[in-house]
Amino acid sequence: MYLSRLNLSNFKNYSEIDINFSPRINCFVGDNGVGKTNILDAIHYLSLTKSYFVSIDSVNVKHGEEFFIIKGSFGNSAEDEEIMCGLQKGKRKVFKRNGKEYTRISDHIGRYPVVMVSPADSSIISDGSEERRKFMNNVISQFNRAYLNNIIAYNKALKQRNRLLKDYAAEGKFDRQMLELWEDRMLDPAMKIYESRAAFVEHIVPLFQEYYDHISDQREKVSLEYRSQLSKSSMKELFDKNIDKDRVMRYTTSGIHRDDLKLKMNNFNIKDIGSQGQQKSYLVALKLAKFDYIRDMGGILPVLLMDDVFDKFDEMRVAQIIKLVSEKRFGQIFVTDTHRERMQAVLSRINIDYSLFLIDEGVTEIMHNGKKPD
Amino acid sequence: MTFSDYPSKLLENAVNEFASLPGIGKKTAFRLVMHLLRQDVSDVERFGDNIIKLKKEVKYCRFCFNISDTDICEICSDRTRDHATVCIVENIRDVIAIENTGQYRGVYHVLGGVISPMDGIGPSDLNIDQLEKKVKAGNINEIIFALSTTMEGDTTNYYIYRRLLAYELKITSLSRGVAIGDELEYTDEITLGRSIVNRTPFETGNK
Repeated sequence: MYLSRLNLSNFKNYSEIDINFSPRINCFVGDNGVGKTNILDAIHYLSLTKSYFVSIDSVNVKHGEEFFIIKGSFGNSAEDEEIMCGLQKGKRKVFKRNGKEYTRISDHIGRYPVVMVSPADSSIISDGSEERRKFMNNVISQFNRAYLNNIIAYNKALKQRNRLLKDYAAEGKFDRQMLELWEDRMLDPAMKIYESRAAFVEHIVPLFQEYYDHISDQREKVSLEYRSQLSKSSMKELFDKNIDKDRVMRYTTSGIHRDDLKLKMNNFNIKDIGSQGQQKSYLVALKLAKFDYIRDMGGILPVLLMDDVFDKFDEMRVAQIIKLVSEKRFGQIFVTDTHRERMQAVLSRINIDYSLFLIDEGVTEIMHNGKKPD
Repeated sequence: MTFSDYPSKLLENAVNEFASLPGIGKKTAFRLVMHLLRQDVSDVERFGDNIIKLKKEVKYCRFCFNISDTDICEICSDRTRDHATVCIVENIRDVIAIENTGQYRGVYHVLGGVISPMDGIGPSDLNIDQLEKKVKAGNINEIIFALSTTMEGDTTNYYIYRRLLAYELKITSLSRGVAIGDELEYTDEITLGRSIVNRTPFETGNK
């Protein structure tokens, strides 16, 4: 299955475009701000029913317009499936498959998986642990519905417990039993979340290392490690052990809400010692490992969206990545780049179906498998 | 005309009062006020009196804490009902909902809310001590939990359950599962999973 055609109306900077894609590699080249990323985001919509970049749908409506429509055809001719996402300002989002509206939009998620690699991913390295937990949650919950429910339940009880700690401190009283009431709600979700995260990281670590070695030519040694207080103690033990600390701090100081991923290179935090290029390679490898995980768990080959990935890479590394993703284990790929000549040179050296699009005043296919399209 | 700029202070005050009610915005409040203005003085007086009277004279049943005109509510004073079975509910709306089923002949105990520190509600803000007192007196055989199936509702159930463990008592809760008329495909996983685990013998519930 692949996205054969995309049609946008009033989506971001596009009034109306209609593009046919290659089943393998599709490259968009053009200057900054012409809307290369917007095409990838539209594809992201068709898969995960929302934007990768902004959480409010209405900001994706073209300035001055009242609605947007994204239409995509998946597959080849006869069994084409048409996915449509539409938003009229001030109304709820409509999502349709073959003309039939979904009762629950979330039912669509997982049908056409995508993995986005974007400069925005750098927050996984540079920001706090919350970004890394989000990264885990986002992937795991796609295949484990119970996981998301456990996260919601845990966070809700956590909020109530924190509130009690705060109120007790302010009122100068304390009731351990009332705290326990909420702790008991957290024990089971915490254990299950811990197990899911540990299994997820175990799954992706070898994949991640292989990809990094491939991209970097084994110049550095990287590692990825799941850190959780639950690896040594049960949630119950943590609550009991840290109750005095919690009282002083007025919030819950231990639990799976403190989990983190340690991202390391040559045994140091990559955040501290990694160059921009190394950090970027790290993130690309991490996202490709996520790609494999989604493929393994869901049994469907995801579409790979690579937004401006080559920005800080030399031509050798770009060629290496393009060669990697042109291998059989990857399916359809969408790439954006500002560097037309470089992209053209790299593509001319691979031997699979590709299309190169130039974006300026619209989208034009300028190259198909080395030739000008007719 | 903007809604912050009324030609009369009286009008503005009235609109603000209505808009302070849950679910009422400024526009609706304005419409309601304009409607009242068109009514006869006697109608508006009756309207206001009834609201004031409600607040001043409302009583809560001594036994179940349901809203009542008398010291003891109609349900609690009904001798034909089973006073040994007590259904725990959050508020009067739940009493009405269960009464409307026509399936329950026991009595109620209205908690007045559920435990939620976020909303500043602890056990002492609810009628839980009174419930324990009732149980202690010894005339109750069964307690039925009928609180909302939210985390706060469940936590409140659990809290009460722990307090009542010491007494000889049957403690049950409403069964949870697939709603009648629902298609399985559209039932959420948690509910469906629970329905499978807690399935009932065909003879009892499904004929």
